[in-house]
Amino acid sequence: MTEQAQAASGSKERAREERREFRSYAWGLGLALGLTLAVFAVVHWHALALPWVYYLIGVLALVQIIVHFRCFLHIGFRQQREDLHLILFSALLLVIMVAGTLWIMASLAHRMVLP
Amino acid sequence: MSAWAIVQHPLGRLSMHSLPFYDMLQNPTTKHLVNGSIAGFAASLVVLGAIVVVGLITRYRGWRTLWCDWLTSTDHKKIGIMYVVIAFVMLARALIEAMLMRAQQAWGLGGGFLSPDHFAQLFSTHGTIMIFFMAMPFLTGLINFVMPLQIGARDVSVPVLNSVSLMLTAAGAMLVMVSLVLGEFSTGGWFGYPPYTEIAYNPGVGPDYWIWSLSLAGLGSTLTGINFAVTIYKERAPGMKLMRMPLFTWAALCISILMIFAMPPLTLATAQLALDRYLGFHYFTNGFGGNMMHFVNLFWLFGHPEVYILIIPAFGVYSEVFSTYSGKALYGYRSMVLAIMSIAILSFTVWLHHFFTMGQDADINAVFGIASMLIGIPTGVKIYNWMWTMFRGRVRITTPMVYALGFIVLFVLGGMSGILLANPSIDYQVHNTVFLVAHFHNVAVPGVLFGMLAGYHFWFPKAFGFRLDERWGIFSALCWTLGFMLAFFPLYALGIMGLPRRSAAYAQPAYVPLEMVAFAGALLIGVALAALVVQLWVSVRHRGENRVPAGDPWDGRSLEWSVSAPPPEYNFPCLPVVNDRDAFTAAKEYGTAYREPGEYADIVLPRNSATGPLLGASGFGIAFGLVWHIWWLAILCALLAAAAMVVRGFARGLTRTIPAAEVRRQHQGWLAVVRASVPVTRADERAPANQGLANPAVLRETS
Repeated sequence: MTEQAQAASGSKERAREERREFRSYAWGLGLALGLTLAVFAVVHWHALALPWVYYLIGVLALVQIIVHFRCFLHIGFRQQREDLHLILFSALLLVIMVAGTLWIMASLAHRMVLP
Repeated sequence: MSAWAIVQHPLGRLSMHSLPFYDMLQNPTTKHLVNGSIAGFAASLVVLGAIVVVGLITRYRGWRTLWCDWLTSTDHKKIGIMYVVIAFVMLARALIEAMLMRAQQAWGLGGGFLSPDHFAQLFSTHGTIMIFFMAMPFLTGLINFVMPLQIGARDVSVPVLNSVSLMLTAAGAMLVMVSLVLGEFSTGGWFGYPPYTEIAYNPGVGPDYWIWSLSLAGLGSTLTGINFAVTIYKERAPGMKLMRMPLFTWAALCISILMIFAMPPLTLATAQLALDRYLGFHYFTNGFGGNMMHFVNLFWLFGHPEVYILIIPAFGVYSEVFSTYSGKALYGYRSMVLAIMSIAILSFTVWLHHFFTMGQDADINAVFGIASMLIGIPTGVKIYNWMWTMFRGRVRITTPMVYALGFIVLFVLGGMSGILLANPSIDYQVHNTVFLVAHFHNVAVPGVLFGMLAGYHFWFPKAFGFRLDERWGIFSALCWTLGFMLAFFPLYALGIMGLPRRSAAYAQPAYVPLEMVAFAGALLIGVALAALVVQLWVSVRHRGENRVPAGDPWDGRSLEWSVSAPPPEYNFPCLPVVNDRDAFTAAKEYGTAYREPGEYADIVLPRNSATGPLLGASGFGIAFGLVWHIWWLAILCALLAAAAMVVRGFARGLTRTIPAAEVRRQHQGWLAVVRASVPVTRADERAPANQGLANPAVLRETS
């Protein structure tokens, strides 16, 4: 299809679609930036006591993941199986990596008396 | 950094001291002379090589062709070929280094001729190059060339990104080459453990070269992984269900997923090390809360999946080779797919076996040890399936088959020594000896390298339209196999005798005879590489009598053999419809191959793009500037890269259209060639009579 033909057919629909996409990306950027800055702010101004800072950072990171999924990767609740497979697979690998790392590093810290 | 510092030192820490022979001239003792001469010779080889290449291109007026047909091309086939060229160049360098190391160790009783520092650079570059700049480009190149053809696609999903990945990898390879001429490379091994590679112990440029060349290559690989995975998910031809994909494409899918998940830990670890070195952070230092064990953990979180990224494509090649040259469908397709997927997932559960002896408690070692042994099961399944594929087939001993048969025997041996090492109590005995070196070369050389070389011989006629010389090919394959056995079997014995790995010299006379055998093996491998060069030369000279324009020289089974050799830039005049596994074999049997499509349509292809070369060049500039602290260069190139991306975002008219009439003309021309070709039986496969048209009657009779 030539560019003129594209422009002629359903330009209104395209414009609406484009606006919706743009809004989604803008929201995503805003939220991602806000969540990141919030973490830095909490650390910089000592807003919380020590163990709670870690938990807060963890929670904000999870929210960040959801924002990325929703706004940038366009993954919602009504999706195809393929997306679900990929998310479950990624989750499995991440759990293996994170849990394994925590287990190993905790053991090393315990036995080698590393800080 | 102040503005004045830039004016004072426009070249950062680059100076006369950085030249490889400076030390020799300042301090002319025998040892310095020998080391300086070797380094100086290597450096002049790089410089001369570059001058000769530039000269030849200028002489034959090749710059325009190089730029328009190759460097800016977004064609997955050309990008694949360029990847393989990088791989061969880097293979030559790393192999010469390996021979030098074997020579040093053969005369290493009480000192040898290399300084320990020079020896350490040799094993660091050898490892880094063989993994990141030989094996990775080779497999990426093969997949790039073959996979879109196998799934019946016109290109990968994001062709320009593919070009960017290639150029980033090339930039990394170039940085390693430059390290031969200016300054020195890291002495910290291919894994560069801190705190040794921290600024306190290694203030020179070596670890920086290592960090930035790995970062460039790692970024390229991550992008490649994403590109391949999306392509296989989204671009398959109608009817090409997942369970109809050829095994090589399955391998490509598995390693793309591994690349996506395994590369980030490496990028993270090297970025943290860079922050330590450049900005005074303390991620991996001894003090101030640093923890070097975390680098080890992160590195092997990447490192273990990485070795499966290397081996799985080779498994894919072997699957194609065994089934094609046995004239049979692959035995146990479903179990092959299951095995490859389980290997991919299990590869994420075993990384600790690379540091069994670093102090975690025995339970953890036991868990990871058992997980490591488990990988033997799916691998065993694959070995048996390959043997069953050959069983009662009509096996033709061609060059790829020689590699594949050598692989089966040697890989099983290497796998067995791996099962031994997976037992932590045995690992404690032999870790850090050359036993380990023997083990991983025993899986990496017959596994990865033989697989890549088998693939090179297998698909070469498809890429260039003529077959490679078989006699030189088989000679080279035999030299590789025998040379490998001579070079690495002695290391098992030496390892058990207690020779530590990475030691430049030793004081135990009992090591000498076995070291000599290993050196002889290294020489034989050198002969094998030379034979490959001769083979290419001979094949190009005699290409007239080895042409296979009809495109199917081996009676192939998957879609890449259903088009001309070399394939048209749009791959298929109209996208194929797939009804079966081994789609092309099915088409030949039902008589639907070499048909003309009902109607031709215009084909839209991406235009060439300079984005890839620009990003590659600026990536190289950033890395070089960072290594030598030439800040203005790094900043300038970073701005250039950003500008290139923004400009690309606004570029319009990115596609060009090949009119249906042109497609019809080319396709009908090729069909005429096919009709004019005489079909050959498998007995004449290697004779000049083979013009790439298989005789299907014989196929039915024997299968």
